[in-house]
Amino acid sequence: MTIHFLLNGKKTTLDVAPDRRAVDVLREVCGLTGTKEGCGAGECGACTILVDGESRLSCLMLAAQLAGREITTIEGISDEGHLHPLQDAFIQHGAVQCGFCTPGMILSASALLNRNPNPSRADIRMGLSGNLCRCTGYQKIVDAVAATARREEES
Amino acid sequence: MTQVYLPRTLAELWSYLEGKPEALVYAGGTDLLVKMRTGKVTAAPALICLERLAEIRDVRETADAIRIGAAATHAELLRHPLILTHLPVLTQALHTLGSPLIRNMGTIGGNICTASPAGDTLPPLYILRAEVELCNGETIRIMTIEEFITGPGATQLQKGELLTGVLLKKPVEYNFHHFEKVGQRKSMACAVASMAALLRLSPAGVIEAARLSWGSVGPTVVTAAVVEDALIGEKLSLETLAAAAGKIKQIVAPIDDVRATAEYRRSVSGNLLLRLLDARPPS
Repeated sequence: MTIHFLLNGKKTTLDVAPDRRAVDVLREVCGLTGTKEGCGAGECGACTILVDGESRLSCLMLAAQLAGREITTIEGISDEGHLHPLQDAFIQHGAVQCGFCTPGMILSASALLNRNPNPSRADIRMGLSGNLCRCTGYQKIVDAVAATARREEES
Repeated sequence: MTQVYLPRTLAELWSYLEGKPEALVYAGGTDLLVKMRTGKVTAAPALICLERLAEIRDVRETADAIRIGAAATHAELLRHPLILTHLPVLTQALHTLGSPLIRNMGTIGGNICTASPAGDTLPPLYILRAEVELCNGETIRIMTIEEFITGPGATQLQKGELLTGVLLKKPVEYNFHHFEKVGQRKSMACAVASMAALLRLSPAGVIEAARLSWGSVGPTVVTAAVVEDALIGEKLSLETLAAAAGKIKQIVAPIDDVRATAEYRRSVSGNLLLRLLDARPPS
């Protein structure tokens, strides 16, 4: 089937099987391998994308569900070669180790900050609770998101 | 390749279903797509996704009742002022359900139709005496959630029928709503045991009315009139709750599984009652 959608701000038309998983369409058809597949069952959050600005699991969405939506993947979050403030903060705070969870973490964090620009540490933990990280122990990730919120508030 | 339909209206949905009566219906996909991937559900001739069906997604109120559209997501309900105002026990349960990602996708109708013994919205819906509205495009059936869910993963939903709404009376006679879930971690964890409670406390702290239910400790949600009767007329105290806890431990029918032993679940079922003392609203 032919689907039209906005992918990282670009009008996109694809001819794909409607029952193909969104994560496979993004990675294999669009070549956007920043979106990771961890568990494939909605448990780990590595495949997080934004659908009309809300965080979703692309392993539990089918290609047909992309139609008409505004999709943001990690590749679309930076602006013309400038890192997104969250990406910058993750680097500054050492919040990236193996990196596999990072794209999903950053997209969940960005959805959280859009909804709640001034989150407490508890809000941040709650907001990221569907994204698993097996390296960092989460502290530096929470630090990075908290620092981004502070920075946005000051600017 | 399986066709995937995304009806925008119920009229479209009924016409798809008429053409493909064997089609599988999903909303968030957080259960069905996982089961299809693991082979528990084998390939369907077609899939119908309810995510764009605005008609059954809103929350409405009348003077004494609330109607929740079955395709409302958990996140939408968690933020909804009508739910927070009138059904705080449901809000409390939604806080513990899955993760923000799962709550953005999964729906209340999906949680009911999946009918898992560990479904987090189910204990509150049982004590709220929720009714489900089932429609096949021509006729509407309404039954209590207790009648609808017949076993683990089993419901009275018939082929060609859709759960369209959840109907609830505002529980105005209860001034203490409580839900607690015990799992192996806070997020993305199936309940080892959970308990929902609606109590009416007098100014002197006497329990005047009580409805209680337990999740994950039987094939379906467990309710127990014996336990409720043991509380009614008594002061909310550790002695009262401990006596009731002794009774519920005899009634629940838990199983051993990877998450916990039956014996542990039995203990937790009783201990969850004791927590009502800490959770009671300030008088």
